[in-house]
Amino acid sequence: MAFINLKNKIIQVKIVYYGPGRGGKTTNLEYIHRRFQERIHAEMVTVKTHGDRTLFFDFLPFDIGLIHGYRIKVQLYTVPGQPKYNATRKLVLRGVDGIVFVADSMAICRESNMQSLKNLQENLAAYRKSLESVPWVLQYNKIDLAEQGIPVLSVEQLERDLNRGYGRPSFPASALKGVNVAATLKKILSLAVTSIRDEMM
Amino acid sequence: MSYTLDQRQLDRIEDILKADLVDNGVRCVFLIDMAGNIITHLDNGEKQHDIYSLAALAAGNFGAVSAMAKIIGENEFSLLFHKGKKENIHFNKISSEFLLITIFGNEISLGFLRMKVAESVEQLKEVLAPLVPATDG
Repeated sequence: MAFINLKNKIIQVKIVYYGPGRGGKTTNLEYIHRRFQERIHAEMVTVKTHGDRTLFFDFLPFDIGLIHGYRIKVQLYTVPGQPKYNATRKLVLRGVDGIVFVADSMAICRESNMQSLKNLQENLAAYRKSLESVPWVLQYNKIDLAEQGIPVLSVEQLERDLNRGYGRPSFPASALKGVNVAATLKKILSLAVTSIRDEMM
Repeated sequence: MSYTLDQRQLDRIEDILKADLVDNGVRCVFLIDMAGNIITHLDNGEKQHDIYSLAALAAGNFGAVSAMAKIIGENEFSLLFHKGKKENIHFNKISSEFLLITIFGNEISLGFLRMKVAESVEQLKEVLAPLVPATDG
């Protein structure tokens, strides 16, 4: 639910990184924060458990400049991935304008990826939204682990498991090394902003 | 689902918040939506806070407390108050979509603040009533 301020010509856009636990959602935000340090002046806010897992969300606000005369203020959020934190996941999704689904490419995570996507669909339904109506993209994270001999799912398999019937843009990535992190963000921002613009027209 | 406020509506909101709260000694006041977006923000110029992070956490905090209310059989807790040594925060729900957050020091009593917040909320309800989005939960 983007908020458009006609007085100051500002649009606030909310992007949520969703996906199974330990999939790399927080790592995506940490990389973005480091990589665009000169443009992101705010500190990243994290609400973590003692074990360093995301408890509520991570939050990173920044400005992407002017589009059609409006200043776009982007707010990136992650959700806690562990199944038991569904109540907080649902809260973070409120008013979302775009979603990055971060899947874990490790072969052992196949089931948890699919469960998390199903959970996302259920939680969106609580806000009368769906994967059909909200702008979203997929990121297949940890694809580089194959180099270390760790079994990873092929992109084709991940597409079949998670993107069948949706045909959304997807990015094989390594959040830790920064591979395709910016490309994923750029794509979801472009989709979200286009969708808001279409609504305004 | 997006929503828009124009210059006239935002000016009206700022006038209400300034007259009722900032002019009565509140350090900082901001109106946010439950998604964590900032609609308007005013302060007395003394301190600058990271208001975007504050809004995100405030919306999350309010959402969490509302979920707690439902678990114990309450529909909601419509106001929250956090007390610090020098600074205090007061949250007041305006409607299902909007929240008013006030930061104030110890020179203002909680009772007086609550009264002023309640007066503001009544006026803000009128300004915000036309744009409560029907499709966003």
